[in-house]
Amino acid sequence: MNKYLRMIGALFLMLPVLSLAGIDQTIAHYTPQNGLGFSAQRGDTLWHRKNTAKDGKERDCTVCHGDDLKKPGKHIKTGKVIDPMAPSVNHKRFTDIDKVEKWFLRNCKWTFGRECTDQEKGDILKYLSQF
Amino acid sequence: MRKLLLLLPVLLWLSAVPASYGDDETSWLSFFDHKNEVAPVRDATYKKECGACHFPYQPGWLPQSAWQKLLAPSALADHFGEDAELPETTRRHILDYALLNAADKSSYKRSKKVMASLDKGEVPTRITDVAYIRRKHHEIPAALIKGDKVKSLSFCDACHTKAAEGVFDEDTVVIPGKGKWSW
Repeated sequence: MNKYLRMIGALFLMLPVLSLAGIDQTIAHYTPQNGLGFSAQRGDTLWHRKNTAKDGKERDCTVCHGDDLKKPGKHIKTGKVIDPMAPSVNHKRFTDIDKVEKWFLRNCKWTFGRECTDQEKGDILKYLSQF
Repeated sequence: MRKLLLLLPVLLWLSAVPASYGDDETSWLSFFDHKNEVAPVRDATYKKECGACHFPYQPGWLPQSAWQKLLAPSALADHFGEDAELPETTRRHILDYALLNAADKSSYKRSKKVMASLDKGEVPTRITDVAYIRRKHHEIPAALIKGDKVKSLSFCDACHTKAAEGVFDEDTVVIPGKGKWSW
């Protein structure tokens, strides 16, 4: 009996590790250019880079995701509530590569007016993995 | 026990009812069915993908021609100002489901009313442009719709408490900031 309890306890202790494995695996899906590697700092810059959209308004990632990544965001147009981006409070974040790819495609085009490169996606993920 | 045996044929008949109703519109049993509303969404992918950004509108609100136009790849890339691109297999799946359950393919009452209200050959691109939908909402003061609580007619489930089940009956309407709506 004691042995089982200890095993269950050990599994719980592994939970944060398991969630880390999620985002690291997702980052591993992308290939950095010229052996640069991915950098959280470059990701930070991209995340906050302002772009003027077709409607003349300025957009960056925070307009919908908010300033506190541990809190839910809100889509500026549709009002849809967006679950927190921080993997530490939202364990499901970045664990499904298809979902990550779908939203990178949509949101890079919406925010920057073009698709993001593998390098940019990896940098952004590296930045977000800190939270 | 004997009394129970006597009840048996009745019970058997009752148990047969759910299996048969709804298949045949001309049957008097259609009185019991729910085809006086709009067919609820039964496809998990449709519900998940469309519902990720907005109320997953039942395909029975628009004709096939409209879904064909709305869910084309180029149209999804500019979906009312948003980028809603989907992987091709997912897009195909959602389009197929929408076409199969479109207003002109449905025997539900509200879908038929949608079709009856459209001009010949009309291809509405918004459900809120459909004459039947406009007519059903025209008595509601604009002030109750605009503003933060509801925003616009596009947010069905802001007031229609059973919208997800495909039920839009007046009795199920609660307008935020106003309460039950009475006609």
